[in-house]
Amino acid sequence: MTNLPEILLQISTYFVSAGIILATLRLIKGPSMADRVVALDTFTVISISLITLIACISGRVIFLDVGMVYAILSFIGVVAVARHLEGGL
Amino acid sequence: MELQQGIFILMGLAMIIAAGLAMHVKDLISSIIAVGVVSLFASLLYLLMQAPDVAMTEAAIGAGLSTLIFLYALHKTKDVEEEND
Amino acid sequence: MEWYRIVGSIVTLIGSIFLFLGALGVFRMPDLYNRMQAGTKATTLGTILTLLGIGICHYEWLGQILIIIMFIALTNPISSHALARAAHFRGIPLTKGSVADKLKEKEATEVEVD
Repeated sequence: MTNLPEILLQISTYFVSAGIILATLRLIKGPSMADRVVALDTFTVISISLITLIACISGRVIFLDVGMVYAILSFIGVVAVARHLEGGL
Repeated sequence: MELQQGIFILMGLAMIIAAGLAMHVKDLISSIIAVGVVSLFASLLYLLMQAPDVAMTEAAIGAGLSTLIFLYALHKTKDVEEEND
Repeated sequence: MEWYRIVGSIVTLIGSIFLFLGALGVFRMPDLYNRMQAGTKATTLGTILTLLGIGICHYEWLGQILIIIMFIALTNPISSHALARAAHFRGIPLTKGSVADKLKEKEATEVEVD
């Protein structure tokens, strides 16, 4: 009973890893390129929470800075692909 | 420790799958997206190997900047080919 | 027994279940727009809940985690909106059972006015 929070955090990590597997299947299967962009967007959002879970499990606060860089910069790729699909970059 | 090894194996398999997809797929934009996914998982692997500064640099350059530069180069080369036709 | 750690880990578990359901929607939905809706709304809520739970667990990290939540809430709708707009102008079709396309109706009325 004393290590209940650690067990719950491990179960959360398993759920997030299953989400990564499902998004990888969509990345393989996707018929057009826009489906693959949706899979990339899902990857970036899921990986931010996975980074924070790793930071909580290993107990180092410096890992949160990596998540912050991801949260600022990850949407640039998706917006660039969208502008390219729309016509002008 | 078993959880960390499982995440290692999952990241490596996803990197191999995305790299194979970047070679096999037909249109070039999907290939660029697959290269971005490879660099995203490489950044997560650097983070798991206790190197957060390398992971931060990989996230900034691989996920943000290299996708933009590849798309810009693809845009420019398409224009030149249409002019030559 | 610290009660705040248990509360934070339960909130994290709820958020990770939302993340898993969002990824399942990305895999299972029949259409690009449905996939986009499942892959941005559900994962945004799941990420916010996960980060908030870890912020409750380690309450000394809470300021940094609130800044990350603010960045996600600002940047994630921008990317999904730009992608949906580009897909609509590219001409990617809706699925069979869909009933309304307000952007196409608006464009048609604007052409009639012109």
